[in-house]
Order: sequence, then structure tokens, then C-alpha cells
Amino acid sequence: MALAIETREVNGVTILDLDGRITLGEGTVELRYTVRDLVADGARKILLNLAAVDYVDSSGLGELVSAFTTARSRNAELKLVNLSGRVQKLLNLTRLSTVFDIHDNEAQALASFK
Amino acid sequence: MFVEAEAAERCRQAGLDPEICFYAALAVREAALNAVLHGNVFDPARILRVSMRNSGSALSFTIADQGQGFDFSRLPDPLDPRNLEHRSGRGIFLMRFAMDEVHFQRLQTGMEVLLIKHLPFLAERVIEESFRAGRRSLGASH
Repeated sequence: MALAIETREVNGVTILDLDGRITLGEGTVELRYTVRDLVADGARKILLNLAAVDYVDSSGLGELVSAFTTARSRNAELKLVNLSGRVQKLLNLTRLSTVFDIHDNEAQALASFK
Repeated sequence: MFVEAEAAERCRQAGLDPEICFYAALAVREAALNAVLHGNVFDPARILRVSMRNSGSALSFTIADQGQGFDFSRLPDPLDPRNLEHRSGRGIFLMRFAMDEVHFQRLQTGMEVLLIKHLPFLAERVIEESFRAGRRSLGASH
């Protein structure tokens, strides 16, 4: 299943609800362009909701990193919420859990933005 | 991806734990993607060769491309803090995590990756399956 992206806004935070796989060629380009366009349009608080992401490969991990650095380059914050056990494990293994600000639920994530 | 699904099925048929199968299939996917992207550089004229074998004591997956090859002894460490924010460079790391052995070999035309997952001894598998069956018949919830 390719990656579907829905965008909504809560308390000034732009939330991207991702649904599907974050893998090479299956929506990762769309994720890249969505984050790039959001920060270009002035979004400074972005939350990636991975609740419905069931699979990430190394390319997908790279796209998450890219989204993070793209946001940071425009002084925006990008955080992650609702990771599945497998996605969390991959982030731990690759130590990307030290790069991202990761939250267990949306309320906690929203409250963490300055 | 076909090879990923096939690798997962071979693992399942070999009686491996679903979580082990998930990561083994991910490793095969990573090797195949590396071969297509970096080895064959998307050239449809170049062949990707994949073989899977169950020897009874191990599952082995061989992925070969027709590319230039690379120096596998000088791969950057993706866990190095200086590399953490790099977009790429984690595929082989994930292969090494998922598999018991990862070998690279330069071919006359291309590169070959051999991924090996050892299988538990047959006796261990029989005992484990009997244990699971026993728990099921007792109505154990986990």
C-alpha cells in the first residue's frame, strides 16, 4: 500500500496523518514535497502521526530524517507521534530516536511544542 | 516487492518466528533495492539475480547485480553521530541486524550479497511447536 497523507491543524500545529508504508517510491516523494511546501508556506510546528504506518524501510527512515532536516533548516520543529512497535524499534536500532522528538500520543505531542 | 514477500514466506515455511521473518524479509528487500539502485542503477538491461535456499540448518538468500560494485570494507557507520542525519546508509546496517551472516563478494560483472539466517535445530523446533500446541489446547491467552 502506498503512503496516503492527510493534513489537519490543531492549536497551531500542522499534523500529517500518514497511512501506509514509508518506503522507496511508495509515497516518500510526496512526504518530502508536503513537508517542504508546508515549511515554505510558513508552518513552524509539524507533527507526523505514524499511527497507521505499518512499515518503514531504510529509504523511509531516510525520508523521515530528510523531513526533519528540511523543517529545521527553516526554523520549524518536526516531531513524531504514535509509532508502532516495529517502527520504534527501527528508530532505536538506527539511533534516530536520538534525533527525533517522539511522543506516545497526540495530546502529549501537541503540548510539547513551544 | 516480490522478493521481500517470497523471503517472508520462505521464513514462515522454515518455522521461524514471525518477528524474525519480518526483519529477514526487510534485509532481503534492502539488498535487492541496493542492487537495483546502486548496482544496476535502474538500467533495465542489467539483471538482478535472486536465489533463496533452505539447507535445513540455514536459510540463505543471494542477491546479485551487474553493477560496478563497492568497497564494503569502508562503509560509513550510520550510528556515528556525524552520520545520523544522513538520508542514506542504513540498508546494510539493517541487513546485519536482521541476519546471522552477511557476506559480500565481487563478481566478474557486479556484486553479490549473501544473507544467512541460521535455523534452530529440528528438535528445538518440534519442542517449541509442541509447547505452542499445548498452550493452545489449554486455552492460554498468551
